[in-house]
Amino acid sequence: MNVAVTLEEVGQGALPTASEAGPAPKRIVVTYGFWIFLLSDIVMFAALFAAYAVLERATAGGPAGVQLFHQGSVAIETACLLVSSYTCGLMSLAADSRRRDGTYFFAVVTFALGAVFVALELHEFAGMIAVGAGPQRSAFLSAFFTLVGCHGLHVTAGLVWLAVMMAQVAVKGFRPAVNRRLLCFALFWHALDIVWVWLFTVVYLMGVHP
Amino acid sequence: MNLLGNLTWSAIPFDQPIVMFATALMVLGIGFVLGWTGLKGYWPYLWREWITSVDHKRIGVMYIILALLMLLRGFTDAIMMRAQQAVAAGGAHGYLPPEHFDQVFSAHGTIMIFFMAMPFVIGLMNFVVPLQLGVRDMAFPTLNSVSLGLTASGILLVNISLAVGEFSKAGWVAYPPLSELQFSPGVGVDYYLWALQISGIGTLLTGINFVTTILKTRAPGMGYTRMPVFCWTALASNLLMVAAFPVLTATMAMLLLDRYLGFHFFSVAAGGNPMMYVNLFWVWGHPEVYILILPAFGVFSEVISTFSGKPLFGYRSMVAATMVICVLSFLVWLHHFFTMGASADINGFFGVMTMIIAVPTGVKVFNWMFTMYGGRVRFTVPVLWSLGFMVTFVIGGMTGVLMAVPPADFQVHNSLFLVAHFHNVIIGGVVFGVLAGFNYWFPKAFGFMLDERWGRRAFWCWLVGFYLAFMPLYALGLMGMTRRMQHYDDVSWQPWLVLAAIGALVILAGVICQIVQLVVSIRDRALNRDLTGDPWNGRTLEWSTASPPPAWDFAFLPNVSGRDAYWTDKQRGRAAQGQTAAGRAYEPIEVPKSSPIGVVNAFFAVITGFALIWHIWWLAGVGVLGAFVALLVFAFRDEEEVEIPAAQVARFDARHQAEVTP
Repeated sequence: MNVAVTLEEVGQGALPTASEAGPAPKRIVVTYGFWIFLLSDIVMFAALFAAYAVLERATAGGPAGVQLFHQGSVAIETACLLVSSYTCGLMSLAADSRRRDGTYFFAVVTFALGAVFVALELHEFAGMIAVGAGPQRSAFLSAFFTLVGCHGLHVTAGLVWLAVMMAQVAVKGFRPAVNRRLLCFALFWHALDIVWVWLFTVVYLMGVHP
Repeated sequence: MNLLGNLTWSAIPFDQPIVMFATALMVLGIGFVLGWTGLKGYWPYLWREWITSVDHKRIGVMYIILALLMLLRGFTDAIMMRAQQAVAAGGAHGYLPPEHFDQVFSAHGTIMIFFMAMPFVIGLMNFVVPLQLGVRDMAFPTLNSVSLGLTASGILLVNISLAVGEFSKAGWVAYPPLSELQFSPGVGVDYYLWALQISGIGTLLTGINFVTTILKTRAPGMGYTRMPVFCWTALASNLLMVAAFPVLTATMAMLLLDRYLGFHFFSVAAGGNPMMYVNLFWVWGHPEVYILILPAFGVFSEVISTFSGKPLFGYRSMVAATMVICVLSFLVWLHHFFTMGASADINGFFGVMTMIIAVPTGVKVFNWMFTMYGGRVRFTVPVLWSLGFMVTFVIGGMTGVLMAVPPADFQVHNSLFLVAHFHNVIIGGVVFGVLAGFNYWFPKAFGFMLDERWGRRAFWCWLVGFYLAFMPLYALGLMGMTRRMQHYDDVSWQPWLVLAAIGALVILAGVICQIVQLVVSIRDRALNRDLTGDPWNGRTLEWSTASPPPAWDFAFLPNVSGRDAYWTDKQRGRAAQGQTAAGRAYEPIEVPKSSPIGVVNAFFAVITGFALIWHIWWLAGVGVLGAFVALLVFAFRDEEEVEIPAAQVARFDARHQAEVTP
């Protein structure tokens, strides 16, 4: 659509303005609603970030981030998640052109990368708990486990969702409802990346800064 | 391992006659309703047409039924507190022991805010907003049903706490460290937390649903500057839900982690920070009061404009004021705890912001008054509520501005002055608002009018009762009486508290009048029938369709050409919608298909919540799994919509036309 031409027609009263155009198509409505959900999810993370910021120095004599975080492992996690966003984008492209094989292939890659991320995170958690730095140790660690764990929980939920979506593609094919859900999944997956970028910065980079 | 977690027979308070009596009453009431509807054979109908319905009008009505029931429950708590404080002076200790009194005031606040005011407001919005926007349903009809189910689950959990175990004794705000496991080892706080978590998710989904509906699905021509003010206030309210409720979810999750897994967010040991809870709670809590009051403002705008026979004065300023309040509501939370010990600068900032919020609110009050000025005002019941609101709310607002001054707040913090203030704005604002809306839209929902006489009586009892019950509390607050006292030594307070108790009784009379109003109206419904669909000579689109509206709301999506869309149409002589339809061919209409997912999900939510409260881990697992499987089944269903044949639409329209033009 030629935006300039359309705008001109709106100005001349030939077309109704966007706000008077009547109900939007279902695809727009669904993804818009999902954006609103994502915003609310980000607000929830904001509250957890705020709690983390307040409690970051409340180590109660226990270990602080600089003693606990292994940046090598976190770098691999980050790489997994960012690459999985890329493959998720490729999956969306494949789904858009109704290519089942491509969709499955990139979904599997995305799933695998996400699973590696979750596994690495669990490994990190287990290691910290093993040295006595569990969430009960101090307010700082409570906030850390909750913030990072909540993101991990979201990734895990995303993995389940992805598996369900592949089952839907297999059983129902690329019908409009399935396509809309795939679109929402992609939005969700990318949003988790955005949260992770913040998390990586605030927790793992600023946390080891003396 | 115990199969029932912490749940034993000792959880049921057999030794407390008051609780057992209330429980028996509740069980008998539910049993009677279930038995009666069962005997009459209504169950299949209720299941098919209501419980599994995804129709926004039915969901709205069910929300309001829940709210009315919870109004009775919360009001009973209020009467108990007033009675206790009226007698427990000096040597007397009243009839409620402290641990029971603490549960009563906690339950009263929790129920009135979360399970009375919220469902009432959401119910009104559900019923009205799609009709006013000129569309056939919400953006996500099934999600709407899920929201209702989650709200009902929270309500059920709170009421189960009456019979099984106990409710929170930590107040409706549940501040730590009191609400931590160390100081509240019982299940009360857990009931509170899980009930709010579950219903909070429902509210969040409601917010998403309405924001999308209002921003993305409006009738052709219904531009932003043509939306009825109620839709604008609903938009602001739901934006706040989306932005504020996640904070409550996160905060409650932190407290739950503290209580269940020994985390240290708000504990006094290991670096926890109780004041962080208070901050986070009010970051949600202050927007919450605007979530409640803004739709009430919307109701008053509709009512005043309709019954003055004039367009609303200052439509644009009204919209601007609404959105300004929406934004400012996030910048005032600290005024709930000026005594925290923040610096003078911080207290000063939040004090000033709080006073600024009175400006847009004042704009609104003047707009309503100027709308009435020069109008031909019809003094119907909704108008009475609106007038009562204007006077009462302004008084409440002024005491609020008084408390926005930090040094003054230090004097009255946590006193009955505060209690009087927030009841002044919540009863005078929200409750009067939803009752005005209830009287105003009832004929639209059911096709017959509510009895005016009993409606007036209810209004006058509420108004007089309100002033009798709460003005003494201002005086008591200034005399130094703090809130939540089960007993007091200063007998000079007693006369004021007796007066307040009498006021509560007058409100009780008002509540009884309302029940009578409903009974009388339903009894005489054949006489009070409204066939036109437009009993008040309304201005907005909901009055252009039949009462009650058909499942598809409008046979043809209205084409909106200005503000007060239906009024404009009437002025142009295109009175009923059918006339615009003349000569147009009816088309089949797709409406969303009913689905049991809402009620099934609610069932599993209750199971999960109850199991978590009593540490019955296997059952919690079953509940979560059940909800997940139900969701999967829903996601794989084939039919999403059913088609209503054109002939049926045409038949309905023809019949309605015949009724309108005798």
